[in-house]
Amino acid sequence: MGKTLLQKVWDLHTVRTLSTGQTQLFIGLHLVHEVTSPQAFDALRERGWKVARPDRTFATVDHIVPTRDRARPFVDLLAEDMCASLERNCRDFGIRLADLNDDRQGIVHVIGPELGLTQPALTLACGDSHTSTHGAFGAVAFGIGTSQVRDVLASQCLAIEPMKVRRIRVTGTLPSGVYAKDVILSIINRLGVGGGVGYAYEYGGDAIERMTMDERMTICNMSIEGGARVGYVNPDETTFDYIKGRPFAPAADRFDAARKWWKSMASDPDARYDDEVVIKAEELTPVVTWGVNPGQSVPVTGRVPVDGESGADGQAIADARRYMGFAGGEMIAGMRVDVAFIGSCTNSRLSDLREAARIVRGHRVASHVKALVVPGSVSVKKAAEREGLDEIFRAAGFEWRGAGCSMCLGMNPDKLEGRQVCASSSNRNFKGRQGSPTGRTLLMSPAMVAAAAIAGEVTDVRDFVTKSPVAGSL
Amino acid sequence: MEVQKIVRIEGTALPMRGNDIDTDRIMPARYLRAVTFDGLERYLFEDERKGSAAGDKATSVHPFDDPRYRGASVVIVNRNFGCGSSREHAPQGLHRAGIHAVLGESFSEIFFGNSLMIGLPCVTASPDHIAALMDRVESRPETRLRIDLEKGTCVMGDFTCPISLPPHARDALVTGAWDTTGLLLERYEEVDAVAARLPYVRGF
Repeated sequence: MGKTLLQKVWDLHTVRTLSTGQTQLFIGLHLVHEVTSPQAFDALRERGWKVARPDRTFATVDHIVPTRDRARPFVDLLAEDMCASLERNCRDFGIRLADLNDDRQGIVHVIGPELGLTQPALTLACGDSHTSTHGAFGAVAFGIGTSQVRDVLASQCLAIEPMKVRRIRVTGTLPSGVYAKDVILSIINRLGVGGGVGYAYEYGGDAIERMTMDERMTICNMSIEGGARVGYVNPDETTFDYIKGRPFAPAADRFDAARKWWKSMASDPDARYDDEVVIKAEELTPVVTWGVNPGQSVPVTGRVPVDGESGADGQAIADARRYMGFAGGEMIAGMRVDVAFIGSCTNSRLSDLREAARIVRGHRVASHVKALVVPGSVSVKKAAEREGLDEIFRAAGFEWRGAGCSMCLGMNPDKLEGRQVCASSSNRNFKGRQGSPTGRTLLMSPAMVAAAAIAGEVTDVRDFVTKSPVAGSL
Repeated sequence: MEVQKIVRIEGTALPMRGNDIDTDRIMPARYLRAVTFDGLERYLFEDERKGSAAGDKATSVHPFDDPRYRGASVVIVNRNFGCGSSREHAPQGLHRAGIHAVLGESFSEIFFGNSLMIGLPCVTASPDHIAALMDRVESRPETRLRIDLEKGTCVMGDFTCPISLPPHARDALVTGAWDTTGLLLERYEEVDAVAARLPYVRGF
């Protein structure tokens, strides 16, 4: 019987079984940021411990970074304190830091892959639930809390329970205007926001195999929104081509050896799975969330559900609708938006910005909409500027910002105000998520956000592409 | 480190109804802008508590503001509690507010792990038992509840139901081995041996 990638990686990284029955797992790469690490570093100081493997640890600053004015000290003194703490901690403990003056700075889940730090078949941990993103490379990547950050800093290990594997096969060809974001939102809608608890999601099938690394990252990123702490894609030539030549990639003369080993770590054809789900790509449509968790979505042609629809949690629907101020049966298309946000660790990579720019080009943002584009890293920003994407966005009335988490999570100056409705390419539509306790988030693909910004309301990007005189000319 | 064994949790309870209560609701992100966990108990569910205080929610009083539940040491929840962000600030806030156990239908994995790491047990019971307990707490909030991790039971007055906790978590709590760092640092030569066999550590 063959093994899954998860089993192979798990076995290889197992140090021993602890007295509690958990596995002591060696962590190949620890990514650190300013929000979930200060208390962990303090715990090390208190107990007189060092960082076990600074050579396998890399830090950056992303969550609290202002995206408009990055000058230090920050206006927000709490944010300044966090940034300064990370700098001091990295200096004291000998950890590499891509700080605000560093061209490598950006959202931790964007820069890990960009720098070639993220590689197939390694175990990776970071104090952020979207660490599942790195699974796109065939890494086994865990989001952890601060006490576990302390564990990994001190020991380069985690005490963790084994998980089951659910294979999700996406077969066939995605229709035009349907993106990786729509695939993962559809999966979460089908399996539920808690459906993946206890599982790692292995994404496969020919639709996934044809996807670029950026698209695979979007899919793996939102595994946690389906309850799966880990999501991954088996590494293949697309993966290896992406990694080759990046700063921390294996040296040219060792690359073939690396590629051979990475390939051997992919799931075997006869691997056994605990569960299997098939999604037909042809049946998918652009998706928009209408509620307060990422599973509460409908096709852009659909309607806000009414209470008591078959099999649904009527109370949850009623509660979500009350918060959103939407009536049951209302069409999702045509919902007025106040803010359009293109960014976040889900969708702020160069290909996301290119696709959004393709929609935006030659149009103007609706007069009542505040629209912003926040590249995921300094490197994405510079690459986009070299292609002139910033000019396209600016000409259309978008703000073009510096790299960071921005309006995904309300920890920096980019926030919703009052009851604003935001068309957002981020990952969470939780109550209050975007920084206003009563703010409302509609999750969708970056192309759909671009279309909504122009139309001033939720609109089907497929119609938009057809109507647009310059679409496809980029 | 002093070993703290957690075997039984006793006290009054607070019902927090609803599935998929995420950590952004439990602890709004703006309170993560701090380098310590101090004082987080003040901000639990702040957004919806302010909302309910302003009267714009269907429920008039939030359970965490309801005087009947003041001093509760157990929170009773429904399904997939603590989903979303990995912020340990959520269980830290609960723990610092005097909550010593969370009893529910199910939990998000990261929340469960974060809670375990700080000695806050998240135990499960069947949906029927959770519903019965919530009803009882609402009708008789002064009744004490007793969770016994060793026996695997929850007792409230004349009501008893089985509870469950993964064996590793139960063992860790009852033996006081829930603070794992020390455990992970034992026999460190074995960690070095694992690292030494990894192709990517060796440089391929």
